[in-house]
Amino acid sequence: MTMRRTTVYWTAFCVILALLIVAPLVLPEFWRRFLTEILIWGLLAMSSDILIGYTGMVSFGHSAFFGLGMYGAAAALLMYKPANLWLAIAFGLVGSAGIALFVAYFSTRLRDIYFAITTLIFSQIFYVIIFTWTEVTGGENGLSFSRPALSIPGLFSVPFTSETLHWFVLAVVTASYLILRRITQSPFGMVLQSIRENEGRTRAIGYPVERYKIVAVMFSGLFAGLAGVLYAIQNRFAAPDFVYFLVSGEAVIFNVMGGIGTLVGPIVGAAFFLLLREAFSRFFTEFYLIPVGIIFIAMVIFVPQGLLGFARRWLNR
Amino acid sequence: MSAGPTEPLVTVDDVHTYYGKSHILHGVSLTVGHGEVVGLLGRNGVGKSTTLKTIMGLVHPERGKVLLAGNPVTSLPAHKLARLGIGYVPEDRRIFRLLTVMENLRTGLDRHGVTDARKQELLDKVFAYFPVLAERRNQPGGTLSGGEQQMLAIARAMMLEPKIILLDEPTEGLMPRMVSQIRDIIGVLRREGVAILLVEQNVPLTLEASQRIYIMEKGAVRHQCAASELNVKDAVIQQYLGV
Amino acid sequence: MDTVLEFVGAIPWDQILIQTVNGIVTGMILALIASGLTLIFGIMDVVNFAHGELFMFGAYMGVVVLAATGSFWLALLLATLIVGLIGACLQITTLRPLLGRDPLTTILATFGISLVMQNYALWQFGPVARKIQEPFTGQFTLFYLQYPWYRILIAGLSAVIIGGFWLFLKYGTYGIWIRATTQDRVMAEAMGIPVPWVHTAVFAIGAGMAAASGVLFGPLVGVNHAMGLDWVLKAFIVVVVGGMGNLGGSIAASIFISLLEAYASIWVSPAQAVIVSFVVLILTLLFRPTGLFVPTPK
Repeated sequence: MTMRRTTVYWTAFCVILALLIVAPLVLPEFWRRFLTEILIWGLLAMSSDILIGYTGMVSFGHSAFFGLGMYGAAAALLMYKPANLWLAIAFGLVGSAGIALFVAYFSTRLRDIYFAITTLIFSQIFYVIIFTWTEVTGGENGLSFSRPALSIPGLFSVPFTSETLHWFVLAVVTASYLILRRITQSPFGMVLQSIRENEGRTRAIGYPVERYKIVAVMFSGLFAGLAGVLYAIQNRFAAPDFVYFLVSGEAVIFNVMGGIGTLVGPIVGAAFFLLLREAFSRFFTEFYLIPVGIIFIAMVIFVPQGLLGFARRWLNR
Repeated sequence: MSAGPTEPLVTVDDVHTYYGKSHILHGVSLTVGHGEVVGLLGRNGVGKSTTLKTIMGLVHPERGKVLLAGNPVTSLPAHKLARLGIGYVPEDRRIFRLLTVMENLRTGLDRHGVTDARKQELLDKVFAYFPVLAERRNQPGGTLSGGEQQMLAIARAMMLEPKIILLDEPTEGLMPRMVSQIRDIIGVLRREGVAILLVEQNVPLTLEASQRIYIMEKGAVRHQCAASELNVKDAVIQQYLGV
Repeated sequence: MDTVLEFVGAIPWDQILIQTVNGIVTGMILALIASGLTLIFGIMDVVNFAHGELFMFGAYMGVVVLAATGSFWLALLLATLIVGLIGACLQITTLRPLLGRDPLTTILATFGISLVMQNYALWQFGPVARKIQEPFTGQFTLFYLQYPWYRILIAGLSAVIIGGFWLFLKYGTYGIWIRATTQDRVMAEAMGIPVPWVHTAVFAIGAGMAAASGVLFGPLVGVNHAMGLDWVLKAFIVVVVGGMGNLGGSIAASIFISLLEAYASIWVSPAQAVIVSFVVLILTLLFRPTGLFVPTPK
């Protein structure tokens, strides 16, 4: 039975991957970018799922990780010429990891609600710092820079086209998904889930729960930062808006809509939300959040397991 | 003592209650007549408290019915059942520790349709039965001793003018001197015509105070009879309650 | 001795005293907002993310009623009642179904509500800030400044509202119901207290208090759809620092933090003065996580 499940799962995986690879070749420019954005936001939401879905910690701090990944990449791209892709990624990851460690240290001692509020406040702290430290961060206006080329030093350097950028993002997101999946199914991941189910019991058994939580926050922060780097590369600017806690809120919305604890669910949730936004923008212009927000609230009440929630067991094998 | 209507005051009919996935009550059935004192015995964890909570509407059964004076009340919330005349005195008393004695009493006293005169009557009556409470009426509930808190918990339930009081292990943690006080209080309630469903570990007290006995094991009623038919040393008691 | 005198002389006493007044004024508004928030949390374990938006709605209702009737006081009264009612409706429709579920879901639901309310306000009133005219102008001289009487009124009125509410909690019949429900929801229900309605009432009261703050604060800043965001953040900090569910604590914390920020703004810009509250929060979390003004539980 499990053999069959695994084959079905991987077949589905390959089919979807194939579709995503082919997509930029057939879609018009707007939708191409749209798809790439879905992937990037999906990565952010996926990173947040590690905490919400697997460890049972709701975090509103992901905007800080995302934002620092973005600004880290910006720093690399502005300080070092020629703009180097891998350096940007490295800087972004280091930046977000550092912040993740800081946030983790304070927040993991707190339970549920306090944790959520504290992560929210931390993300706002970073917002204020970035907003006001104009000399370094460009303040309100943010930073803009050019897109680096896809390069392996010494071998080749090819500037990104819209398609190749999409494939690069797809590769990164897919790799991230596979890595995260491996993590959640490892013994470490099992402990995280046991923390979510019953933290007291897990601690009583002898697991150093705080340490596990800190590592979970670190992983979560790293991948969120990676999403930020991708965003910076795609859009060529970094702005404080992305560090505002509303971005974290949106990540949480993607999670809930897609289904927490499924890893792919958040990506689906991101797609669902962005599509709804597109659709409602036609009629409501910039007030799309009114109907979308109502749909979200309704989902929290009536469909709390999210769109893919029914498949949660199956997806976690 | 039950010169009232013939149908029982409280009927529990084949009730199955779950806590999450745990199946606690496996088809509990019992009745309490008007003005009757019924004892519910059994070891720890067999579901006695859960039965009381189900009657009180604090938990709702998956299957089965609870009837009050013949009317189905299974899905009613606890606050409605309290207004309909069910009083609840839980294990560990659970008085409002930060409220004064007087305020604790008022939580039951402040109801629609009760005149100020009647309220004063009820207070006077309860203070007559429990003079200690009168003395301490402005003290926070948390400063009272264990026995005093137990009295407050019962007095508070009496403020509802209930037709039945669900008493969950009233003598637990009390000194022997206080146990006889509980016996007296049960007597008082009987004289007032209030029915009692008494859950207790103290077998002699229960056998003495009750008219009928139910014995539970593993979430169901296994034995029922008149209290007079039972003796502390009986095999039945040893079987279900012995260690 | 001379250096001490020099040092003392260098301290900008007049500025400090002015900022003390400012701090108390802001602190009282914050206290009014935070009281509702901490009350709602204390009684039903709900973190009301939409609290800032109730504040904002109150301010807008104030604008509307003021434009229609020309009376500030009527605006204050009606805004409080209307938003209180809106709060009650929100609680009944979205929060009651979530009772008993993971507390996470209420955070999400109220977050969703805050988004909807913000955008609704933006839709209805547009992005341009509105103004509420204060009921009287008139200033007195505080050192070298002309200090508006209205600000003193705000502090006073907030204190009156909070004080009145505290009295209601302590001595009113329904005050006992609220306190009992906060302490032990299950036993309160077993005593016949209609707990679901107590929850609705408390939410409505919290909403009303937030709305009142919105109207009172309106004349000091412009009324716009995003005004709730900063306040809700500060209110959360205050609630955590004061001890969640602790009414007295959140009032003390409000004034404490507002005073610190006011003093800080003598030397740094207001945007940066905000860091003060963050620092206080971090310190509280590190050393007294149950609340600064709460005795640590044994």
